Amino acid sequence: MLQKSERAIPVLMILPSVIAIAIFVYGFISWTGYVSFTDWNTLVKSTHLVGFDNYKFLFQDFRFQSDLRNTLAFTVLFIGLTMLCGLFLARMVDSKIKGESFFRNVFIFPMALSFIVTGVVWQWVLNPTTGVNLVLKSLGVTHLPKWFTSTEIVPKIHIGSIDFGLPIAVIAVALAAVWQMSGFAMAMYLAGLRSVSDDLREAARVDGATESQIFRKVILPQLKPISMSLIIILAHISLKIFDLIYAMTGPGAMFVTDVPGVYMFETTFRGNHYAQGAGIAMIMLLLVSVLIVPYLVSSFRKERG
Amino acid sequence: MHKSTVGRYLLYLLLIILAALFLVPVYVMVITSFKGLKEITLDQMWHLPAKLDFSGYKEAYAKLVPSLRNSFLLAIPATVLSSLLGSMNGYVLSKWTFRGSNVLFALMLFGMFIPYQSVLIPLIQFMQSIHLYNSIPGLVLVHIVYGLPICTLMFRNFYVGIPTEMLEAARIDGTGFFGIYRRIMLPLSISGFVVVGIWQFTSVWNEFLFAVTLTTQKQQPIMVALQNLSGSQIVQWNVQMAGALLAALPTLLVYVLLSRYFVRGLLAGSIKG
Repeated sequence: MLQKSERAIPVLMILPSVIAIAIFVYGFISWTGYVSFTDWNTLVKSTHLVGFDNYKFLFQDFRFQSDLRNTLAFTVLFIGLTMLCGLFLARMVDSKIKGESFFRNVFIFPMALSFIVTGVVWQWVLNPTTGVNLVLKSLGVTHLPKWFTSTEIVPKIHIGSIDFGLPIAVIAVALAAVWQMSGFAMAMYLAGLRSVSDDLREAARVDGATESQIFRKVILPQLKPISMSLIIILAHISLKIFDLIYAMTGPGAMFVTDVPGVYMFETTFRGNHYAQGAGIAMIMLLLVSVLIVPYLVSSFRKERG
Repeated sequence: MHKSTVGRYLLYLLLIILAALFLVPVYVMVITSFKGLKEITLDQMWHLPAKLDFSGYKEAYAKLVPSLRNSFLLAIPATVLSSLLGSMNGYVLSKWTFRGSNVLFALMLFGMFIPYQSVLIPLIQFMQSIHLYNSIPGLVLVHIVYGLPICTLMFRNFYVGIPTEMLEAARIDGTGFFGIYRRIMLPLSISGFVVVGIWQFTSVWNEFLFAVTLTTQKQQPIMVALQNLSGSQIVQWNVQMAGALLAALPTLLVYVLLSRYFVRGLLAGSIKG
């Protein structure tokens, strides 16, 4: 059917985009990978290869070890709370309420804000000498939380050169992130709840199931694919997080709120340790890839099958 | 189905409390921004301003207006161009698939998930070598390229829903690749452009990492300027909050006016459209 010259047109039309992605994504990643194996740790550019030296340095580094701990703590808190909050909000908004669109819009609007704006505002809301603590004080709370200024780590297990556990300051940052992202989880779950057919619910009801049984046994299993997508999307945001923490707390005292994104930025562009910065970036990329590549592959399999 | 009235009231009560909690940061931001110097003491944080004072806005506006301008000059062209390219890519990848086009699409999509730290060092060197470092056109280019995956994805998922029979009918009438795009796809994708446009505008406006590493001082977009404003110890809280509100206003306005489309973009970003 198609003439030969015509078959070439679609390919030609996406060629510029393909070339751009090939250079800006794959080319630059390879380049960063190369830099991470050099000794370019001063202002003067160097292409001298030193093997895994930068990686060895990073994994023994107090700051990078702290970053890995903080990322783990932040990821668990952020994903868990965002999903719970999102599911809870979605169920409430989905109970045929009046003013549904108003409530939906209120819960989603933080998504339209920049992480920088969120960081600036939450820094003020959770400021330990004012903000939420004023309210807590008037309620009679005596041990006021120090929020993001706390240097406490629980349970404080000594591993490597750091104390492992949940840094209390991370909770404050996670709260701001949950505030920003739970509307997204709500929107996803809402779309999922709407696609569970009424027949299915009705059938369960006829069988004598209570509302909470219907939710647990009928609706929740149907939401599983959405939960899976959410976990992957939220986890990759969490592994990459930079702006929110940079704007709200920075690395924090003893690096209690530092993350690889912040370390990479500071060591590369403030300290001129390009090779170490490249090393951090490659580790971040690897962590994200472990999550995203299987997700992409399975999405495409599903589409074909 | 028969929920008790008491339960209903509790549900509404809970919803109102939660909505209020979600709006607390906005309340704090708004009231603080309208306070005068005397009122921004720590113990009066929750109080409404005694009278509206615009000095915070005056100072924030004076400091931020050049970067607000930069952000508009950045976000508008970047949004328009990446939407147009994304639409063309989506058209090809949904209706003119060829051998290997699915693999190509998957390789493209990977680009939207990568941590941008992993391309930053070569990117800066590259931008310097083509003399676009520290310029708004340079940032526009960067945002177009890294916006391509998501825009392509959104348009492709949108176009998959347009029945292929329509295209085949047009082909029999002798309409070619571009004719179909112009006469069938484009008129049907107005809402697609709105969704993608809002998404791109919001992301570019709110972006920070590229902005802070690829520009300095006069070329800085708004989020970098806001971060500098709040990072300096001498700037008062009313100025910071007024600045945060000014920086957030364009995307908030877009959201308030077009929230339906914004939410559709939110959901379209998760691969399965």
